[in-house]
Order: sequence, then C-alpha cells, then structure tokens
Amino acid sequence: MDDKETRDPVTGVDTTGHEWDGIKELNNPMPRWWLWTLYGTIVWGIGYAIAYPAWPLVQGATSGLLGYSTRGEVAAEIAAVDARNAEVSATLAAADLATLPVDDPAYQFGVSGGAAVFRANCSQCHGAGAAGGVGYPNLLDDSWLWGGTLDDIEYTVRHGIRNEIDADARFSQMPAFGEMLSKPEIAEIAEHVLALSGQEHDAAKAEAGATLFADNCASCHGEAGTGDREQGAPDLTDAIWLYSGTREAVTETITNARFGVMPAWGPRLSDAEIKAVTLYVHQLGGGE
Amino acid sequence: MNESSSGSLYAAREPIFPKRVSGTFRRLKWWILGITLAIYYITPWIRWDRGPSLPDQAVLVDLAHRRFYFFWIQIWPHEFYFVAGLLIMAGIGLFIFTSALGRVWCGYACPQTVWTDLFILVERWIEGDRNARVRLWNAPWSARKARLRLTKWLVWLMIAVATGGAWIFYFADAPTLLRDFLTFQAPVVAYSTVAVLTVTTFIFGGFMREQICIYMCPWPRIQAAMMDPDTLTVAYRDWRGEPRGKGMRRRAVAAETYAGGETGGRRSPVIPVPGLAQAAAAPVPARETPGDCIDCNACVNVCPMGIDIRDGQQMACITCALCIDACDEVMVKIGKPRGLIDYLALSDEPRERAGEPPRPIRQHVFRFRTLLYTAIWAVFGLGLLWALFVRPEIDVTVSPIRNPQFVTLSDGAVRNAYDIRLRNKHGDERPFRIVLPEGSGLALTLEGASGNEVIVPADMTALHRVYVTAPAGSAPASADASPVSFRITEPVSGESVEVGSVFNGKGSE
Repeated sequence: MDDKETRDPVTGVDTTGHEWDGIKELNNPMPRWWLWTLYGTIVWGIGYAIAYPAWPLVQGATSGLLGYSTRGEVAAEIAAVDARNAEVSATLAAADLATLPVDDPAYQFGVSGGAAVFRANCSQCHGAGAAGGVGYPNLLDDSWLWGGTLDDIEYTVRHGIRNEIDADARFSQMPAFGEMLSKPEIAEIAEHVLALSGQEHDAAKAEAGATLFADNCASCHGEAGTGDREQGAPDLTDAIWLYSGTREAVTETITNARFGVMPAWGPRLSDAEIKAVTLYVHQLGGGE
Repeated sequence: MNESSSGSLYAAREPIFPKRVSGTFRRLKWWILGITLAIYYITPWIRWDRGPSLPDQAVLVDLAHRRFYFFWIQIWPHEFYFVAGLLIMAGIGLFIFTSALGRVWCGYACPQTVWTDLFILVERWIEGDRNARVRLWNAPWSARKARLRLTKWLVWLMIAVATGGAWIFYFADAPTLLRDFLTFQAPVVAYSTVAVLTVTTFIFGGFMREQICIYMCPWPRIQAAMMDPDTLTVAYRDWRGEPRGKGMRRRAVAAETYAGGETGGRRSPVIPVPGLAQAAAAPVPARETPGDCIDCNACVNVCPMGIDIRDGQQMACITCALCIDACDEVMVKIGKPRGLIDYLALSDEPRERAGEPPRPIRQHVFRFRTLLYTAIWAVFGLGLLWALFVRPEIDVTVSPIRNPQFVTLSDGAVRNAYDIRLRNKHGDERPFRIVLPEGSGLALTLEGASGNEVIVPADMTALHRVYVTAPAGSAPASADASPVSFRITEPVSGESVEVGSVFNGKGSE
C-alpha cells in the first residue's frame, strides 16, 4: 500500500495511513509475543490435525496418527468399569441369593446393576417403574403368579413363561371355555368370580356359578378360588387383576382364556445379570 | 502506552525497571502483600479437630468425597448454593469497590500484582535498584551478568514452585500430600498442577508482568465500564502541575513548549495563556509561573506498568498509587504541598480548576450508589449467614416415587413409596428413627429393615425406601392426594425434624 504513515496530532500516535472520510486508523501496535502466540496456535493446529481425526473424507474422516476416537474411549472406559467390577460380579454370580446379606457389597452391586438390567430388558413390558400394565404383572405388589421368593423370581427370569425357547419355561394353559360352556353358564361363573373378590354381583347367578366353578375352574384356581402358584393360576379373591376385574374382562377371560408369554433370559443375560435383576425385583416392595 | 514510530503493527515489549519508592501506599501494599501471601501459603496447614473419621484440615476442598471443609463449617454438594451466594457477593463486592475506588483490586490485591511486586522485590535485591538494572540490561553478557540473572531466576523459580505447591494442599491432607509429593508417591494431577502453576507464576510474574494486565486481562475493560465521574482513581492535577519544567530553565522551557505546541496530546489543555512565547523573554506575571511539576520523572520511574500518569487516565493504569508516593516525596523536598498526583475523581477537576479546595475522600466513597451496593451485598451476606446457622444438623429429604403413584395390594390397601435421604454430618455413625404421626391411620415400613430405625455411617448419605400403606377403604386410600408427614429423629443428639410429603390414593387414577 502506498498509504503514507503520519502521526496523529491529537493522540501523538502513528496512523496506519488509512483514512476514510477524515477518520484515521491509529496504529497502537500489538505486542510481538501476541503474534508469536498466534503462530504457535497455527503450528499446534497443524499437529493436532495430523495426530487426531480431523479431515472429512467422502466416507468418514482421517483417523489421525494416534488412532484416537471417542468411541474407542467409551469402549475403554466400559472395559475399565467391567474390570473393576469383575470380582464383585463373580461373587454375585456364585452367590446363594437367599442367604446373601443386604449389607454385602455383592447385594448392593446386584440391586444397582439389576436396576440397569431391568431398564434395558424388562421395562418394555413391566414398565420403567415395574408397575406393569394390563397383561403384564405389576412387580411392586404382594401378589405373585409363580411365586415371589428370590428362587422363584430367579427361575422365572432365567426360563421365562410359556415361551418356546426354553424347555424348562414355566407353563400352564387355561382352556377357552367359550368352546365348552354356553354363554349363560359363562355369565354365571363370571358372577361367582366377582363374588369371590367381594365385588358387586348378581347373587342368584353367582350361586349357580359356584357349581360350575367347582367343576371347571377349581382344579387350577382352587376350591376357594385362591389360585395355585404351581400352575401360575391367579388368586381370584384378592384385589389384584392382571387383565382387569370388571364383569366384561372376566367374561372375556373365561370365554377365550389368556396366554401371557415371557421370554427366557437365561440365553441372553449372564448369571450375574440374572441374579442382579432378581435382587432388584425382589426389593421393589413385593419380595417374599 | 509507548508511542510507536516504527510503523510496524507489532512491537516488542519495552522493558520496565520500576524504582524503589517509600511512602504511605507502598507501606500499605507491603502489608497487603504480606498478609495475602501468608494466608495463601499457611492456610492449608492449619489443623481443626472434627472427630476420628473426618479430616483434621481447617480448610479442605475434598473433591473425591464431594466435601468442602472450612473450620467449623462443612458444605455438602447439595448445599452448593453457599458457593453461588459467595460468588454473587464477590460480584457485588466488585461493584462496590469499583464504583468507589476504581481499580483498587488491580492495584493492591490481584495475585498478578502481588506476585509481580514480590518478583520485583527479588529483582531489586539481587540486581540493584532501577539505575543498576538499566545498566545491567544494557551491558553485554559477562560472568557477573549471568550470575545475577541466574540467581534471580532461581529465586523466582523457588517462589513459583512454592506457589504452585501451596495450591495443591487445599485439595488433600497437607502433611500427607507433602510427604507423598517428596517421595514421588503423589497422584499425577498433583505434579501436573504444580508444574503448570510453577510455569505460569514464573513467566507471568517474571517476564509478562504488565502485559498480562494490558493485553490478557478482561478486568480493565469491565471495570472501566463500571466507573463513574465520582469514582476515585489515581490522577495528576495538571492544573496545578503545568506547565512543567526543570530547575532554573523551567520558565523558559515552559514557554517554548507552549509556543511550539509540539507535544500535543492529552498533555494539559490547561489554562490558555495567550502570548506565552513573548512572555518568555519578559518578566513573568504570577499567573504564568510554571506549575509544580518539575518533570523529575519520579512518577514514571516507579510505575510498574511503565506509563506516565501525567498523560491522564489510561487503561494500563492499575491504580497502585506508587506514583503518589514518589511525587509526594519530591513535593516535600521542593517545599510544595503533597498531592500533585493523588486519588482524585473526574468530577474534582472542574471544581478544583474553579479554585475550590479538594473534597474529602469520604464524599467520594460514601454516596448513594456505593451505599446501595453495600446494602445489596449485606442482604446476601446476612441471608447466607442465616442459611448457614439455621440449617438443621440432621438433613433429610423425602421424595415420593411417582412411577407408579401408588400400588394396590392384594387386600385392597393402597401403598405409596418414598425415597428418604438421610445425611449424617457427624464424625460417627448415627441411628435415625422414622415415624408417622400418631392417629394418621397409615402404616410405615422400611425396605430391607424390620423396625423403623436405620443406621447411617459417619459423614455419609443413606438412601432408604419407605412404604406407607393406607388400609382398603380408608380416606387416604380413596382420596386423590392427602398430606403425609414424616418425623425423623436422631436419638443420640435428640435432634428431630418433620418433613411433609403427599400420599396418592385411588382418586388420582
């Protein structure tokens, strides 16, 4: 540039020679170290772009000389956590849950880890809060179809219910009485079931339904309708209903039956994970 | 700063050789330097007995265990609002000081100023005062120069190591960490922290100095925006000092300077004196006598920022007031009143030019703006003190579990679950008893415990799930939501607290 440097008379500072509409640009020079710092960051930036993933390519990006990736870092961290937990995890896998004291580190580890296993694998049906839904048992209450001890829960988790994966899965099948009984008969049984759980019902029909119940239902649900855990037959006298306890729902259940399936988790989860989720479910408020 | 004539857009740093000075403000600065450095270096070594399972260090930031200890006060992470409150107070405190005293923080208390002061002190001890240092700077390299430089750098380095070293002791038990540090057993982060702080202290205090304040620090910009015309700052009474001049030739020089008008700049658009050039030859009337400034450059020579305060207020001035001391010394020697350079406010200038006497400092300091800031600051301070002293020793939070809101049990009863966090701040384990008020008709059970008492280990938070059950058909079971309160008692100290929450019934379905 051919701009002539001049000194600004007001401030006594040199100008760069640039002038726009009478406004002059002053030259208060920056410190030289500042310039070198800028050059330093440029050098650093070049080194960084070589050492770390930086330049976008058609597919992916340059991987960098150090081979670093955030994904690799996560994998390393997970591996480190697993390594740290290996011992307590092995203890848990070998533990007898029924005699494991609650202040044992393996127990604490199991409950915390079980919560994670539950959220990842079980919450889709049983809900994040384990409160279940229609057809999916609530795991918080004190009613268990197949038993609520640690051993019962562990067996259920490991083998599942009515699935075709595991030959040892818990199994039972309620007949669809719609093919065997007439509609009025089914209605009478439904009234009896409502009576069993203390709900509003037609006394005359319920009376007639009692005999039908004894003939058709008592073999599984028991004479008094209190159910049988050996067969996963629900207690019909309590306030808890897996498929709702209204007249319509009960009639529907008797007519077409229900067939709830739970997968076997034995092939998918490790021993430690199964025991962990067992401990977690057991301490949700309903464990026996 | 330095007027460039090179034409380059970048300039090398001009070395600065601040001269030794004595006086009121220098003495004050020595005291502040001594006290602040003593606090910094000694604090981690003060012991404070808190019982067997808690650390006995008076001030400790225990990052690993998420605890902050300050003498008798213990702050847990959920009480971080104390730190937020202190930061707010620090911010408003900055408003107070800046509106009253300008950049007083920069001049007296900023670590950059304090350590630079210390480094200059060392420099002066080893290499001598200003003139000796200038000579040494200009001298070619010799054995003596190398010896002085190396000695100086070595002492600087020792101070820098001690500075970085002191920092880490705030974060771990100081005696243990010192032993580990010296035997190379300390964590890597301790060594890297010391290394970083050593290097920054050494470079910032020894070589960067005023460059940090002028080019790197945001305070000068922020603080300039917070000052007002009544804010005290260090200034030169040019109406008293100008025209400046030296010794016997003062008059003539003054007259030439004025006639030539060559200096320009901010330098005193003072009293216009028509025909001063002619006056140089003639006997000078009283009004045109030279000012009090004898242009001895004492103010410039002592300045750690390398500026001339007589150029007026400028961003590089940290208001360290050393030029006041330097000038007062000279004024006393030549038999003039002190205060040619002084703490002044912008609003003083027209007043004093009109011949009024200087206003007392307190009129600048105590005014509506600063008093209002002080009041706001005090409100936060009292609020924090109140929060600190009324907080219960047993610290409990109750959070209802919302997923699901309630559980129906087989007998038709309705059960709610709550997560209760019990924090035991004592140095030994304590039992906590959780009960519901008599006659509530609700039953309470604890997950994983048979009674209603739990033990919380020393200095720990325990999380317990608590179930509250309302019998079938009872009012809470069928209502939408009803209030419930937990009484939590710590039998050893007898402390007790009641925490309210909500019980959800079937009405909420």
